[in-house]
Amino acid sequence: MARVIVDVMPKPEILDPQGKAVTGALQRLGFDGLTVRQGKRFEVEVDGELTDERLGQVREAAEKLLANTVIEAFDVRVEQ
Amino acid sequence: MSRIGVVTFPGSLDDHDARRAVTLAGHEPVALWHAHESLQGVDAVILPGGFSYGDYLRCGAIARFSPIMTEVIQGAEQGLPVLGICNGFQVLCESHLLPGALIRNDVRTFVCRDQPLRVDSVDTVWTNAFTPGQQITIVLKNGEGGYVADPDTITRLEGENQVVFRYQQDNPNGSLNDIAGITNARGNVVGLMPHPEHNMEQLTSPSLDGRAFFTSLERFLGAAIVA
Repeated sequence: MARVIVDVMPKPEILDPQGKAVTGALQRLGFDGLTVRQGKRFEVEVDGELTDERLGQVREAAEKLLANTVIEAFDVRVEQ
Repeated sequence: MSRIGVVTFPGSLDDHDARRAVTLAGHEPVALWHAHESLQGVDAVILPGGFSYGDYLRCGAIARFSPIMTEVIQGAEQGLPVLGICNGFQVLCESHLLPGALIRNDVRTFVCRDQPLRVDSVDTVWTNAFTPGQQITIVLKNGEGGYVADPDTITRLEGENQVVFRYQQDNPNGSLNDIAGITNARGNVVGLMPHPEHNMEQLTSPSLDGRAFFTSLERFLGAAIVA
């Protein structure tokens, strides 16, 4: 079974309050100079052989449901 | 008397209040279940507040694909009046019936207060009983109410008079251009973060400004029948 990773991140121009909160907490803990943006990682197990068509379906799923492309960018890659 | 449907998703909270508001406004509330595929011939639909599907993935993202939404989207595209309140607004954005998206409040906390608003567009099914520029107060309560959209969309919304409500005094959540509610080009679909269904009764509300939403709908439906 193949595993496909979908990373979803807020677009750079979109405010990321969660990332800002984590950045602030890191600073308070003494981790200077670390700026965080927080996104989501989806691990998708694909039944059967991972053909280009199947990968295309994962891409379609990412665009339709996993990410909201109004505010988020996504990246699809096969885990080796 | 009109029949107004209120959709209940798993995790909806304000569906009962919305149905009660419909009754207080003198109409017949019709409970619609997310898993059903019929709108039962209602004259209008309200998507209520709450946390549909636990807000998993993104607010409104999973509710948008529930069976009843296929009917709501189809109806809305043909002119059916649809009002999305809070989570309902998020569902409308996820459904692409309204442009843009709602993200976590910039203050990073849940905000609950009586919110002053200005009515900027009365050219909608749900706001024609207000006067342009009218100052109203409606309950606001959400964690993810920051309205965002790309600059072209914001320009279009402003240019086409599709910004319906704007936050007054201070912006509670970082929404672009203080946007609290918007409408589609046709004016039959309105989404807003504040909760007009909580502003229907003297006992529990600082204002009765929620009532005009229903007066507006009555006017529209009345005019539609005459026409």
